[in-house]
Amino acid sequence: MPGIIKRIAGPVVFVYGLKKPKKNYIVEVGEEKLLGEIIQIRGDVSIIQVYEETSGLGIKEPVYAIDKPLTVRLGPGVMSTVYDGIQRPLDLLEGSFIGKGEKTSPLDLKKKWFFIPESNMTLGTKLQGGEILGRIQETETVENRILVPPNVHGELKELASEGKYVVSDNLARITNPSQDLELPFYHDWPVREPRPFKSRILSNKPFLTGQRILDFLYPLVEGGSAMIPGGFGTGKTVLNRTLAKFASTQIMQMTLCGERGNEAADALHSFLKLTDPTTGRLMIDRTSIIANTSNMPVAAREASIYMGVSIAEYYRDMGYTVSVMADSTSRWAEALREISGRLGEIPGEEGFPSYLPKLIGQFYERSGRCITLSGLEGSITIIGAVSPQGGDFSEPVTQYTMRFTTTLWALDTDLARSRHFPAISWRISYSQNVREIAEYLKKEVAPDWHEYRTRISTILQEEEELERIVRLIGKDTLSETQKGLLLTAELIREGFLQQNAFSDEDAFSSAQKSYRMAKAILLAHELIEERVQKEGLLVDPLYEEQLIEDIKRLKELNIDGIKEFTDQLPSRVKELKF
Amino acid sequence: MNPETSPTFRYKTIDSIQGTLIFLKSIFNVSYEEIVNIYMPDGQVRKGQVLQADENATIVQVFEGTHSMERVETEVEFTKDVFRVGLSEQMIGRTMNGLGQPIDDLGPLFVEKRLPITGAPMNPVRRTNPEDFIETGLSVIDGLNSLVQGQKLPIFTLSGMPTSEVAASIAVNSRVLAEEQELDVIFVAMGITEREGRYFRLKFEEASGANIAFFSNYTMDSIVERILTPRVALTFAEYLAYEKDRNVLILLHDLLNYSEALREISSAREEFPGRRGYPGYLYTDLATIYERAGKVEGKPGSVTMIPIVTLPNDDITHPVPDLTGYITEGQLLMSRPHLKRDISPPMNPIPSLSRLMNEGIGVGKTREDHANLANQLFASYSRGMKLRQLASIAGEDSLNDRDRQYLKFADIFESKFINQGDTRRTIEETLTIGWETLTVIPKTDLNRISKKFIDKYYPTEA
Ligand SMILES: Nc1ncnc2c1ncn2[C@@H]1O[C@H](COP(=O)(O)OP(=O)(O)OP(=O)(O)O)[C@@H](O)[C@H]1O
Ligand SMILES: [Mg+2]
Repeated sequence: MPGIIKRIAGPVVFVYGLKKPKKNYIVEVGEEKLLGEIIQIRGDVSIIQVYEETSGLGIKEPVYAIDKPLTVRLGPGVMSTVYDGIQRPLDLLEGSFIGKGEKTSPLDLKKKWFFIPESNMTLGTKLQGGEILGRIQETETVENRILVPPNVHGELKELASEGKYVVSDNLARITNPSQDLELPFYHDWPVREPRPFKSRILSNKPFLTGQRILDFLYPLVEGGSAMIPGGFGTGKTVLNRTLAKFASTQIMQMTLCGERGNEAADALHSFLKLTDPTTGRLMIDRTSIIANTSNMPVAAREASIYMGVSIAEYYRDMGYTVSVMADSTSRWAEALREISGRLGEIPGEEGFPSYLPKLIGQFYERSGRCITLSGLEGSITIIGAVSPQGGDFSEPVTQYTMRFTTTLWALDTDLARSRHFPAISWRISYSQNVREIAEYLKKEVAPDWHEYRTRISTILQEEEELERIVRLIGKDTLSETQKGLLLTAELIREGFLQQNAFSDEDAFSSAQKSYRMAKAILLAHELIEERVQKEGLLVDPLYEEQLIEDIKRLKELNIDGIKEFTDQLPSRVKELKF
Repeated sequence: MNPETSPTFRYKTIDSIQGTLIFLKSIFNVSYEEIVNIYMPDGQVRKGQVLQADENATIVQVFEGTHSMERVETEVEFTKDVFRVGLSEQMIGRTMNGLGQPIDDLGPLFVEKRLPITGAPMNPVRRTNPEDFIETGLSVIDGLNSLVQGQKLPIFTLSGMPTSEVAASIAVNSRVLAEEQELDVIFVAMGITEREGRYFRLKFEEASGANIAFFSNYTMDSIVERILTPRVALTFAEYLAYEKDRNVLILLHDLLNYSEALREISSAREEFPGRRGYPGYLYTDLATIYERAGKVEGKPGSVTMIPIVTLPNDDITHPVPDLTGYITEGQLLMSRPHLKRDISPPMNPIPSLSRLMNEGIGVGKTREDHANLANQLFASYSRGMKLRQLASIAGEDSLNDRDRQYLKFADIFESKFINQGDTRRTIEETLTIGWETLTVIPKTDLNRISKKFIDKYYPTEA
């Protein structure tokens, strides 16, 4: 007996008569069998959020319970596919516009994969969830390590031998006293539940981004979590995209949550062409994309975030370093607000449901470095864009997210308007990971990188104070040394911090290059300061010097060029005329 | 009559009437967003749309409003269909009301198709990148913040600005450059005054060559209709673009009025408000309008959108412009200082940005030097503006000779490049004027322009 629709209000449908409804289990709604999820149970009434457009749906239409929670299907073929928020592969949907009630298998059921069983897997082995049964080369870059589903254990009775299989073929038979299971090459996982692992471990490796201001001033640890708040047009998406290209990660999961269709298309088209700088293979080969744009159903937007992070956990469980880029988590929070409003819940701050902070916390908790169930090391780094209402960081989503992330990359509207990109504010941004990764960078980059970091941020801070003085009493009161400091600050801002994401030479800056640049700029600072103090060199005319222009263009050189430039610095500063 | 079997059963079960909404009980069959006919005892017939479908709490918003509606005798009939608009190519050159029905005296339309107005979302993987230039005829847009086919680029305006003039000039003057291609323009008035509407109609009639379809929902018209108007017009735009292979430019004026209508209906439903009383779903709602701009694989047509948003109290952080900025692909900003200096159009290119500009300009699209030139003009003008500000604080004496050249540049750039009055400029003309203004500053300062372009395009003394 199906349930019967009682009320329809936007994406929320009230249903009575569902037999033993279970919260978070899925249902098929109406004659068109739209996908929905039970989100509340009130007496005999189940409240359902529908993942598709409900226009035209009628009361009294039937609702069928499906005996499983909202799941993501995980198996070979997930990588490089573009899904919507409920895991429909977008390129398999018919037509240019997304119709209602379309159902498509998340995985290609016809494609044959070449499976190689693990050599140490003998029949009779006692298996735990998460163990690796064999391997499939999923894309040119990614080897899919075929896992025992996390919630399955028992004795291995049968295992597919080396050869070609479709995902629904039998992978293995595993038995335990209560079950006799035939496993295909995929498994389903309830998206709202974090996948288990053995233990969390500390990480000391930085998550390098190739962005100087991030890697040098506000570094993120691998397995950490960062937020990127910023008003519209401040560069969240460009930064996301740049990190997707250059960040040190093996697998990239991009969740495009409630943003623009044109951007999703652009990401897809460019990743199909671009090669990954570390592997030389196509970017798309190590990228999984979920695109639920702002005009797609709002409930699916809510689910998309969990889809994305579950896919990330799947690859983490194979022992990969994975990153999740969510753009924008505010749209997810707004989807929650919208649905909560339709339920008539008493809201918390600014109409957001009072359980929002908890959900944000739980989402970021799915990041981390860990020992997987099969004993490998894997990690998930989560980077979430936040779109504060009115660009105001005191709003709830920004504030809640700050509490659950360790690194803040704050984008500043004024910087963006004056075309200073990336518009990351050095006033507000911070990293709580510097101590964790210091040893690693000392070893891998340079023993003294940290001193340079400190000096750069000190100069920027002093600039701010001097500017205040200038605003109050004018520039004339500054000493030449102070003026020199302002000059250096300008060099740091324009020559070091600014980095054009669309430039061929500078979109990516290795940690070594960034270090060299910082060193060169600070050396120039010292040399100039010395001449100013000892010889009375005047600072103002220096702004027109070719040397200054050259320092600002240091970023266009490679490491050798920068070294050479640094070697010539003493003589070039000496040549500066009065 | 049995309400379950008879499609024309009329309910007399209105429970309450609030704002533009009626609430009904004892409904046997109703679907979400279904259209209803409302028969009033005096013979009037109105139309409405279901906002909430429920046996005992169905909510219907009435297009014409609930003015003088009676509770007990009024009858409501459910049509079993969502709202559709009758479409015809003949709508180009015609004036329609906010529901797409002709209101000029040119007779009825030959309707070719009736489509639901809530368009399905475009599959993002089927979108193609916007990359073809649209010439609006305004230098400040074409030269520095170019509009691209398939883009959505809002104009943020302020009270007291000549918004209508600017909008009308864009509507009348916009062209696509590819040969043998035309641009159809759809102008959508949402909650503007009838006086403004008349101005637009006049302008459009004067420009007899322009292909403009005019949809009007004025201040005095129903706010429920106002919610539908942009969707009606966009359905027409999509029909032209994807079934008739046309390039369409649609102007929506004004989204602030639209959003206020949405807020009014939301509060009549007693929904918990988000910021400034606007409903929590304002973002999603606006997105379902703005995201209908685009281009799709395998079809030559396109929908380009210019929404116009008035910033209340000049505040760009107000929810409507703010959310608009979050959904659209850039913004064009009107500016009070520019208006005071009598610059027409009073648009400030510095805080404006067309995010898709680079895709739509350059070789084969506009001209090879366009990007370089735009960068240079932008950089020099912002330097000039900063110096102007400095000079106003510290006095012009604090400036050196070079600084003064930049001050002069800013003046000339405003009066010659941005300011163009009623004339329409081609992109060639725009670029030429751009180069001319640059002669005010030292040639050696043109560091954003590659040398080969300076050699080729720098104006010769004449
Ligand atoms: N690193 C960068 N280098 C060069 N230009 C940039 C950079 N970051 C941003 N921009 C410029 O800023 C524009 C807006 O950036 P982006 O689309 O990333 O903003 P956003 O913060 O995602 O905005 P929204 O919230 O509206 O989505 C880009 O189109 C580009 O012109
Ligand atoms: Mg963005």
